[in-house]
Amino acid sequence: MSNSKTITLSVNGRIRSLDVPSHRTLLEALRDSGHVDIKRGCEKGDCGACAVLVDEVAIDSCLTLAWMCEGKEITTVSGLGDVENPHPLQTSFKQLGAAQCGFCTPGMVVAARSLLNDNPDPSDDEIRYALSGNLCRCTGYTKILDAVKHAALVMREEGAGQ
Amino acid sequence: MFSEFCLEMPDRLEDALSILSDMKGTPVAGGTNILIDIRSQKENPPRLVALGDIDELRGIKVEKGRVVVGSRTTISDLLKSSQLLKTSPSVIDAAGQFAGQMVRNTGTMGGNIACASPAADLVPPLMSLDAEVRLASASGSRTVALRDYYQGYKQDVRGADELVTQVSWNALPQKSVNRFYKLARRRGDAITVTGVAVTLSVSNGKCSKARIALGAVAPTAIRAEKAENMLEGQVLSETLIEAVATQAAAECSPIDDVRASADYRRHSVQMLTRRLISEAWNKLAQEVKSHVK
Ligand SMILES: Cc1cc2nc3c(=O)[nH]c(=O)nc-3n(C[C@H](O)[C@H](O)[C@H](O)COP(=O)(O)OP(=O)(O)OC[C@H]3O[C@@H](n4cnc5c(N)ncnc54)[C@H](O)[C@@H]3O)c2cc1C
Ligand code: FES
Ligand code: FES
Repeated sequence: MSNSKTITLSVNGRIRSLDVPSHRTLLEALRDSGHVDIKRGCEKGDCGACAVLVDEVAIDSCLTLAWMCEGKEITTVSGLGDVENPHPLQTSFKQLGAAQCGFCTPGMVVAARSLLNDNPDPSDDEIRYALSGNLCRCTGYTKILDAVKHAALVMREEGAGQ
Repeated sequence: MFSEFCLEMPDRLEDALSILSDMKGTPVAGGTNILIDIRSQKENPPRLVALGDIDELRGIKVEKGRVVVGSRTTISDLLKSSQLLKTSPSVIDAAGQFAGQMVRNTGTMGGNIACASPAADLVPPLMSLDAEVRLASASGSRTVALRDYYQGYKQDVRGADELVTQVSWNALPQKSVNRFYKLARRRGDAITVTGVAVTLSVSNGKCSKARIALGAVAPTAIRAEKAENMLEGQVLSETLIEAVATQAAAECSPIDDVRASADYRRHSVQMLTRRLISEAWNKLAQEVKSHVK
């Protein structure tokens, strides 16, 4: 009953063609094709571990069907930067101890990036609000808040220097 | 992992409506309710009709004092709208307390209404603004007042071949206050324990119009109409507001569940109604005073 088709989308700047059935979530389709930096947590929109950017808007990939993302641009945490060239959010999460087990980190960083796209200088409350759909069972959130604030500062300074 | 289903992805409303009338299917807008129900096997639809590509269903317009919101408009779209902040503050109150960022970016107004949950947060605000729902099918369209849209727990008047296309209401008039309060455990990811939306308008020093809409305290969202009637035409006093709050609590029929007991819910309806009406009346006090002498 459920049919399959090949969909083309961009993942972290690379065009990918994926053969997926209509009932496959974006989360499953991406993890099955090797993008295991996206985490599978609750699969019901509660934890945010699966967050990715679709055309620069943060969504839960467990609540999105792969077919709905045909032709779109997907960005995961790895798409923001890598070991040689990390994104300020990645650097400050690492330096300020905002990742412990690290399971929530990909989603946290993606949600934070989405916040900073809209608001380069968020208040503490605005950061908490933007991350309220992301659960972390390790850090107690304080260091995550610090890391986002610090990254925002670095990004503003970098922006100002350009 | 989902059970299997067919997925249609029309990009025109017309095509979506003909699929619904010819082949039957379950609409999916943001998917933040229906996909969870499919995963937990509460729902098992053979065919989904995705509305995500239908641009004509998305957007917010205010024309001649009438607010019109397309059913595919997301909660984030609502929050970003300065026009809504001005014309429909209770809707913004609800959108601001709605889920987390990712769900707000996908969940829609149409899905919130059509899921027919008594705890759907946009519904009490929209009821407090006398909103109307436009339903369309391949054979035509009709408009239903939101207060008449629900028939029972998770039951609505929508036919299987119909889609909610838009929701509309009059912009809040001058000398009016319109607020929504969501009582829940935490911000983001928390289902409402009790939701109360209130509209209060004054003219000539008296309350000229009152709306009290309650969420999560009955099989559907409801209006506390007897309580509203006690306010209209009156100069409000502490005693009257107390009596109105008691009446609103009497009009709900809450249940015990994992989030709260029925008693607590009824109590919170009384407290929140009293608080919202008092605050609204105090805010309008200047207006009222200028008419007293
Ligand atoms: C983590 C999380 C937190 C949440 N928090 C809240 C919250 O705070 N407050 C709240 O009220 N809700 C909340 N929800 C529930 C849900 O996100 C909302 O009800 C949302 O508005 C549903 O919209 P949707 O577009 O995703 O609906 P969908 O899941 O796409 O659809 C819901 C139902 O409506 C039908 N439908 C959708 N669009 C139409 C249409 N245009 N015409 C006819 N039928 C249609 C579908 O067939 C389905 O039965 C939450 C959900 C999650 C997962
Ligand atoms: S896995 Fe998607 S929100 Fe938890
Ligand atoms: S670091 Fe372990 S869940 Fe957040």
